[in-house]
Amino acid sequence: MSFDIFLQYFLSGITVGSIYAVVAIGFNIIYNTTGIINFAQGEFVILGALFAITFTRTGFIPLPLAILFAVLITTGIGAAIEIVFIKWIKNPSVLRLIIITIGISIISRETAHHIWGEQVMQMPYFTGTSTSSVIILGASIAPQVLWVLGISGIIVIVLQLFFKFTLTGKAMRACAANRTAARLCGINAKMMVTLSFMISAAIGALAGCITSPITQTQYDMGSPLAIKGFVVAIVGGLGNSTAAVVGGLLLGLIESFSIIFIPNAFKDVAAIIILLVILFFKPSGIFGKKEESALKEF
Amino acid sequence: MLKVRNCESGYGRLRVLKGISLHVSPGEIVTIIGANGAGKTTLLNTIAGIIKPGSGEIVFHDKDIGSLSAEKIVALGCALVPERRQVFDTLTVKENLILGAYLHFRKKRKKEALDELQSIYSLFPVLKQRESQLAGTLSGGEQQMLAIGRALMAKPDLLMMDEPSLGIAPLIVKTIFKTILTLRDNGVTILLIEQNAKAALNIADRGYVLETGQVVLEGTSRDLFDNHDVQRAYLGKDYKKINE
Repeated sequence: MSFDIFLQYFLSGITVGSIYAVVAIGFNIIYNTTGIINFAQGEFVILGALFAITFTRTGFIPLPLAILFAVLITTGIGAAIEIVFIKWIKNPSVLRLIIITIGISIISRETAHHIWGEQVMQMPYFTGTSTSSVIILGASIAPQVLWVLGISGIIVIVLQLFFKFTLTGKAMRACAANRTAARLCGINAKMMVTLSFMISAAIGALAGCITSPITQTQYDMGSPLAIKGFVVAIVGGLGNSTAAVVGGLLLGLIESFSIIFIPNAFKDVAAIIILLVILFFKPSGIFGKKEESALKEF
Repeated sequence: MLKVRNCESGYGRLRVLKGISLHVSPGEIVTIIGANGAGKTTLLNTIAGIIKPGSGEIVFHDKDIGSLSAEKIVALGCALVPERRQVFDTLTVKENLILGAYLHFRKKRKKEALDELQSIYSLFPVLKQRESQLAGTLSGGEQQMLAIGRALMAKPDLLMMDEPSLGIAPLIVKTIFKTILTLRDNGVTILLIEQNAKAALNIADRGYVLETGQVVLEGTSRDLFDNHDVQRAYLGKDYKKINE
C-alpha cells in the first residue's frame, strides 16, 4: 500500500472515529451522573443534523446560526426528555431506566420519520463544495474532514476543562462519585442529571451537524451510530472520556483499514467483533480498572 | 437549636425509628450511643433529609425541616459527616473541600469560602499536604478528616457526625475527638453518633441511649457514665465489677 493511500484510510478512520468518540462521550456523561446508558444518544445526533438542515434550507438563516439553533433545540429536547421521562421516577432501577431510553429512542426516531420523511438529506459543506479537497502529505481530503476533526477535538477539550475547572463540572463529577454525599454538600443532584442530559444532547447535536455533509442524514441513522458509540464506550471502559477518545479513534481506524481485508459491507462486523472480544476477555474495558467495575451495578 | 419530636422513620415499610424525641441546644456536644441496628444512622439521615420522616416533627432554628430536601437543609446550616466518610473518591482533596462550600460559591461568597479552606487546612494540616491527591487514595483517618473538613466548609451551625471513629487507627481517633472539642470552642454545635461510647461520653455534655429505635435513657454524660445499664451494655464492664 502506498503512503498516500494509507494516509487516506488513516484520515477517514480518525474522522469517523472522532464522531464515535463524541457519541461515546455523550454516553459517558449521562452514565456518570445516573449510572444508565442512554440509548437515545444516537437520536440526539440525528435530530441535531435534521434541525440544522431544515434551518439552512429556509435560505435566510446562515450556517453557523442554523447549527446554533439546532444545538439549542436539541439541548431543550434533552432536558425535556429527562424531566418528563426520568426525573419523577423514585428509586428507579437501572434496567427500567435503560428500557425507558430505548423507548425514547423509538419515539424520537418515528417522530423524525413523520416530520422529515425517509429522504436522505445533507448539510451544505462548511467550506468549499463536495469536490474541493485539501492535499495533506500527498493525500487529498475533503475540507469537511478538518472541520470534523477540529470541532470534535474542541468538544473533547472544552468538556475536559468544564469538568475539571468549573464548579458545576466538579459538582457533576461529585454526583457521579457519590450522589448522597453530593446532596449533603448542597448540590442539587436531580438538577445535575438534567444538566447531563442537556450536555449530552448538545454535543450529540453538534456532532450530527458537523458530520452530516460527509455521512449524510436520514431519520433512522441514529441507532447504528448509538451502537458504535456504545461499543466505543464499553471498549474504552464506561465513564472514562479519555478512553472514549482512544477507543473511538481505534474503532474508526479498524473499520477504515478493514476494507483492505473484508468487503465494505461487512465493515460493521468489525465493531461487533471487537465488542464481543472485549466483553469476553476484559469486561471492564481496555482502560477500565477491575476493582472499579466490581463496584458498579452495571 | 434542633428539636426532634416523636419522629418515626425507616426504609420503605421497615420502621427503624419508633417515635424518637431529642433536642440539641446551641454550643452543646450531644452524643447518641447505641448498638448496631439501634437506628443511630437512620436518625441522622432523617434529620439531614436523606430519608423522609414518616411522622413526627424535626425543627431546626425554629423551622420545620421534616419535609425539606437534603440540599435545603445544608443551606440552613445543618451539615452531616456521613457514615463511612463517603468522600468523593475520584476527586482531589481540594476539590472535595471546595464542593463542601458549594452553596457559598453559588452565592458568590467566594472569599469567605477560600478563607474557610485555609482554616480547614490549619485544623488538619495533613489535608494541605495531600491537597492535589485523589481522595480515594487517602488512608481511612485522612478520609475522615476530609469528610469532616468538607462538612465544615459549609460553615454549619450544627455539625452531625456519624461514627467518626469507625475503622480508624486509635491514635487518629484521639486527634479527631480533640478536634471536635476545638470545633465546639469555635462555636459549632455538635451531634455525635458513636459506638465507642466511652470516648463519646468523655467529650459530650449530654447523651441519649438508643435501643431498637427508641430512646431508652437520656442525661448528662456524667449520669450516663454512672448508670449501671450503660456501663454493662456499652462501656464493657461486667456485673461483677459494677457490684464491687
